[in-house]
Amino acid sequence: MISRAEIIETNRMIERENLDVRTITLGISLLSCIDSDLNKLKENIYNKITQLGKDLVKVGDEIGNEYGVPIVNKRISITPISLIGASACKTIEDYVEIAKVLDRAAKQIGVNFIGGYSVLVSKDMTASDRLLIESIPMALSQTERICSSVNVGSTKTGINMDAVKLLGDVVHNTAYLTKDNGSIGCAKLVVFCNAPDDNPFMAGAFHGVTEADAVLHVGVSGPGVVKNALEEVRGESFEVLCETIKKTAFKITRVGQLVLNEASKRLGIEAGIIDLSLAPTPEIGDSVAEILQEIGVEYPGAPGTTAALALLNDQVKKGGVMASSYVGGLSGAFIPVSEDQGMIDAVNVGALTLEKLEAMTCVCSVGLDMIAIPGDTKPSTISGILADEMAIGMINQKTVAARLIPVIGKDVGDVVEFGGLLGYAPVMPVNRYSCDAFVNRGGKIPAPIHSFKN
Amino acid sequence: MNKTIITVVGKDSIGIIAKICTYLSDARVNMLDISQTIVDGFFNMIMVVDMPSEVDFGKLNDELQLLGEELGVIIKMQREDIFNKMHRI
Repeated sequence: MISRAEIIETNRMIERENLDVRTITLGISLLSCIDSDLNKLKENIYNKITQLGKDLVKVGDEIGNEYGVPIVNKRISITPISLIGASACKTIEDYVEIAKVLDRAAKQIGVNFIGGYSVLVSKDMTASDRLLIESIPMALSQTERICSSVNVGSTKTGINMDAVKLLGDVVHNTAYLTKDNGSIGCAKLVVFCNAPDDNPFMAGAFHGVTEADAVLHVGVSGPGVVKNALEEVRGESFEVLCETIKKTAFKITRVGQLVLNEASKRLGIEAGIIDLSLAPTPEIGDSVAEILQEIGVEYPGAPGTTAALALLNDQVKKGGVMASSYVGGLSGAFIPVSEDQGMIDAVNVGALTLEKLEAMTCVCSVGLDMIAIPGDTKPSTISGILADEMAIGMINQKTVAARLIPVIGKDVGDVVEFGGLLGYAPVMPVNRYSCDAFVNRGGKIPAPIHSFKN
Repeated sequence: MNKTIITVVGKDSIGIIAKICTYLSDARVNMLDISQTIVDGFFNMIMVVDMPSEVDFGKLNDELQLLGEELGVIIKMQREDIFNKMHRI
């Protein structure tokens, strides 16, 4: 029999500490939609998404209602569109047409994002892959709910520097085409190394070709719950600290597993993975930065931050793995700047820099996330930052991503508002020394050796 | 058995339990356990009920919210699984 104290604890987590299930993401394979006729392809895509996804939002809301836990987002991920459109799309505009169909399908079933306007070019690019990458600025500026990602490298293949160079321009052009809205298009574009096939979190979600025809994934969250649990053990040893994080992560993840199983049963769609991530939001008390502060650094960025983040990330995984049947996706702490009030504060007081954030991404998931940089940052500099981040993923055999937002018309010291879950961000300074000669070399960085690790 | 937990929190007043129990009995919901205390002047009640499968959970939940507003308390209804999963291995 469940005790009174346990009931009160669960409801305190939900009501006061922002415990929620961040997303139920329905992955849909579009491989069966492929057709060389663009109109037929568009029709197939629209029909498949709207048919398989028609009850997703309703069922998500029902489950949230019955268990009394908010399920914040219901989303769709799809097979990377470069694979689906390769035979029908001859121009950039053809790809943009598909983006518009995806946007319409997302609106029809009521999901706020659909991820998978993506391309996997970790080794090299086909002509059609290149077309899709070049279409991203137009696609993101002419749609609302599309998220795009490009996997430019992996530990097995190295880094495709031609793609990285191209993406410097793509990020810049996306920023320019959406400049009237704080260059928000870039918030929906993720550049990956070692991208996972089963990530439920936007903007980097896509449905990998190794997945089933349709599958459900759940992303859990709850930084506020961890932070509150740690307040109880202030001043205690690392052992007590780590045990507390593990136990809390277990509880959070079990809620995600329950929701995943229930959604799978009600929708008749296979259950996939739980993504064990601490995903912050701009709301007060829903911050990963505050956990780092509770662990003992004055602000994120202070000496000790990388170690604190490393232990946090590891304990979340240790607790979460025990609570779920299958773990996947990104699974780790997210450290976006704009979506976390504590990170914003740390940037504003000068504690947190782009370089320290880069170091932090070596020990947690995602990477340089939601970072606003000056609008006049050169495309080659953007490529250089991307290459640095990708190298961390390649060498360390981990997923990394970058979501940089050069905010057109803004400079260091300005603030850009994105609204909603995306929050707002102070524009951060970027190292101004050139990397043109590096980026312009062309070709690929070879795959790393897996022995002699240092 | 389909156990559901109902929690009621709010300012104490006369007849809160009576009104909620009457509502539940009219809705054919069987009560299994009930515990109630006053903490710092605030009414605090936890009920375990058996929810018959033919009862529309969403509708009952909405109606309980309205009843809560009338009584000046917050009523929350949740399937028991969420507590079991979180607190039991």
